[in-house]
Amino acid sequence: MANTGTDDGVSRRDFLTAVGLAAAGVLAGCSPEVREAYLQKHFLELTPEEVQHRLARLRADCRKQFGRDVSISAVPARPDVMFGYALDLSRCIGCRRCVYACVKENNQSRDPQIQWIRVLEMEKEHGIDLERANPYYDPEKVPDVDHFYVPVACQQCRNPQCTTVCPVGATWQEPDGIVVIDYDWCIGCRYCMAACPYGARHFNWGEPHLPPEELNPDLHVLGNRPRPTGVVEKCTFCIQRVRTGRYPACVEICPVGARKFGNLLDPESEIARILKEKRVFVLKSELNTEPKFYYFYGV
Amino acid sequence: MGPIEFIRTSLRFILRGGVAYWLWIVLLGALIAWGGVAYVDQLRHGLIVTNMRDQVSWAFYIGNFTFLVGVAAAAVVLVIPAYVYHWKPIKEVAILGEILAISAIVMCLLFVVVDMGRPDRSWHLLPGIGRLNFPGSVLAWDVLVLNLYLVLNLTIVTHILYRGMQGRAYNPRLVVPLILFSVPAAVGIHTVTAFLYAGLPGRPYWNASILAPRFLCSAFCSGPAIMLIVFQILQRTSNIQIRDTAIWKIAELMAYAMFLNLFLLGAEIFKEYYSATQHLVHFEYLFAGLRGHHALVPYAWAFVTCGIVAFLLFLFPATRRNVVTLNLGCLLIYASVYIEKGMGLVMPAFTPDTLGEIYEYTPTIHELRIGAAIFSIGFLIFTVLCKIAVPIMTGEFVARPSRARAA
Amino acid sequence: MSQDTEDRPEKGPENDELEFSIARSNALIPLLLLFGLSILGIVLIIVRAKPIESSEGATARQAFGPADFPGIFQQPPLEPLVAAPVADAGGHADVLFPVPAPPFSEGIFPCSTCHADITPNPERRELAMHEDIVLHHDEEHRWCLDCHDQNDRDHLRLASGAAIPFTESYRLCGQCHGTQYRDWREGIHGKRTGRWDGAKRYLLCVHCHNPHSPRFAALQPLPPPVRPQFLHPEDAAAGRTDAARRQDGDGEHGH
Repeated sequence: MANTGTDDGVSRRDFLTAVGLAAAGVLAGCSPEVREAYLQKHFLELTPEEVQHRLARLRADCRKQFGRDVSISAVPARPDVMFGYALDLSRCIGCRRCVYACVKENNQSRDPQIQWIRVLEMEKEHGIDLERANPYYDPEKVPDVDHFYVPVACQQCRNPQCTTVCPVGATWQEPDGIVVIDYDWCIGCRYCMAACPYGARHFNWGEPHLPPEELNPDLHVLGNRPRPTGVVEKCTFCIQRVRTGRYPACVEICPVGARKFGNLLDPESEIARILKEKRVFVLKSELNTEPKFYYFYGV
Repeated sequence: MGPIEFIRTSLRFILRGGVAYWLWIVLLGALIAWGGVAYVDQLRHGLIVTNMRDQVSWAFYIGNFTFLVGVAAAAVVLVIPAYVYHWKPIKEVAILGEILAISAIVMCLLFVVVDMGRPDRSWHLLPGIGRLNFPGSVLAWDVLVLNLYLVLNLTIVTHILYRGMQGRAYNPRLVVPLILFSVPAAVGIHTVTAFLYAGLPGRPYWNASILAPRFLCSAFCSGPAIMLIVFQILQRTSNIQIRDTAIWKIAELMAYAMFLNLFLLGAEIFKEYYSATQHLVHFEYLFAGLRGHHALVPYAWAFVTCGIVAFLLFLFPATRRNVVTLNLGCLLIYASVYIEKGMGLVMPAFTPDTLGEIYEYTPTIHELRIGAAIFSIGFLIFTVLCKIAVPIMTGEFVARPSRARAA
Repeated sequence: MSQDTEDRPEKGPENDELEFSIARSNALIPLLLLFGLSILGIVLIIVRAKPIESSEGATARQAFGPADFPGIFQQPPLEPLVAAPVADAGGHADVLFPVPAPPFSEGIFPCSTCHADITPNPERRELAMHEDIVLHHDEEHRWCLDCHDQNDRDHLRLASGAAIPFTESYRLCGQCHGTQYRDWREGIHGKRTGRWDGAKRYLLCVHCHNPHSPRFAALQPLPPPVRPQFLHPEDAAAGRTDAARRQDGDGEHGH
């Protein structure tokens, strides 16, 4: 092995020291905010104080980027809550209002366009057959005769493949069942996107563009805060709403009441009632992901 | 001789060359610069300058990465006969295989970095400082194993060259265990990379147990193919003696690997076409086109044809030993495996995507420029390391007695 | 090392060693160059290939957002709930639900303003007034006075003859549509607003279903997502003009 230390000049230790000093020098040259942003820890490792600090920084960033004041929270999961979702396929008419309401509520990039919900048009003759699904339908009126509609977004699986494969642990499942992403930790490798069987995860391929007047200022740090370039995002069941007791935006906008949401652990909730009284199913059940997003036929 | 002297002498070797050598270096430098500019553009605008989209979220970069992991793993094909079976004809040139492995691994790491959305956050992968999801994520395994393999090969090569420059033999008690360990390590890197894919239930095209064996077989075909061509170039440009028995033995091993490669491909084809479940769509897209989309079909048949022809050329000793057919076979198998790992592995898995949509991906100029730059970096590393290694191997370089220094 | 190319390699014991070596053959380099160039050519051909032309026309290239449909996505304030009256004395105790005010047409209620002075005529006929109401609701077997109380137009009429206020119209609908009624009571049927962890907000059936013509009209769907090959703003068709913006969809089902 190469001799160390004893001969002329640079030993391995000296070399490494030099590199370390250089890196430290670069970092020292940056402004404190930039340095802090770069060196920030994983969300789950933050103390409550550090969480508040991060929220303050994000507020300041939004102020700078959008010229607007926002309120950003990190409200945690409530105990004894496990969120579930049910979608009535006999009622969905494929109007896509949920898609755009979600975009509005969750501050998705408008250009390049990101949509967390994808509505698939299926042929009645073939039933639910993803190989024949068409997300680009655009008839004059919906529902189109001979077709029915299946909206798909993150299924919030109980055995999520995406959280297992993330190499840096940037995505995990919260105690109330929502799979979240720490947008400041994600390295953009997109392994989770390859792993997701439902195409539910979306990537910020370009710099996300959101006009300031369209910003929804009620934010959650793990939900709808504006995302940077190069990170993955997805439906979070409107974490900023549901953790304060409200319904997700898609549930509220649906004009035909096809979307149902609630606490699976509460036997009086409509979602628990649906599981008990209707016959529900999930997509790709053979993959054992055990989604918490159910489909059923109300009539 | 201290490390500084080692570096100085190496630089002397590197900077010494004829017109052809310098033209080669300039060409590589130009490609690196051209691609470097493209990468800066990609950093500025994001990965949207590629043609990857949500539907096909891994493509050119990861395809190349997968292929190059195979090339890196294939260095072991030289190592096994050399050190395990003490076969001298190959032992002399085994180090070239390790130099290839180093170049290939560096290229792999570079392809991963250019594919990342946030390369500035790479430090999140470091265990201890960041948060490496080990052992849960196979990608975390891959990060560890690839870097370990790189360090392993760097250690072996640096030691052998350093000792060689000093005029001393390498220390077998250090080198031989490391080299023997590099055999399972090589198998390991390609197996872990295969498991990256095979472990995803959401991608039925990949979710097959046959994937890891297929990877290894194709690696053992393509890696040595490069080595054979490199050996012949070195014959022309240096004094290295590479015996024909060594070449023939490698070619023979490649023939076995090629057969297995074709057999495993055939096994997959049978299973998919005979059971004809809906998972067939990915193979259909690849070999026959699907719903009017057939961009990959010519490439699919090209890689199958090249693979079969190369196998036949290597099967018969007559064609295996003929200069023209041997090199033709090498080029064909290289092309076959490159197309198969690049277009035949990654893209069909995403086409159709998980919700049945077909998005036909083709690489953009940006991706090609960056890819060319990374390949040029790999070639450059390989050239430079060979430039240092060859004079030592041929015995042309004789160590100057080092100035006496207090130990 | 240029000077070395002139040196001959050492002659080995086997002749085929020299035969094998292509040190004197110039075939290799041109072969490699040809191969490399053909790869480059193939690659350039791929890259020049145009993206698949979408057959859906302009909308597949344009990325729409919620701001293009302000009528749909402006959040109306939640209407105040009408205090639920106490159950009728002697009536079967249906659970009563607080709901927003029934969506009457402007000025039509209370109906007794006009009908107090009009003699009820139970015979089925075409009406002189209310011609804007088209009955598409089991009109073969039923007509107005099967649901509207003949003698008190400010109330509705159950099958038993009992009169119920308009704020409890769900009881009337529930007589025939029992499954939907049960689902609605549990929160499974109908538009859901309010809080999942608190009291559910209920709407009357008639807030969504026109009681005289309950079937939902088909809607114009909002635009499909932009195709991935046009995701990059530079790849999309030039500009989104106001003319290309779609009309606001209609989310209401008024009567």
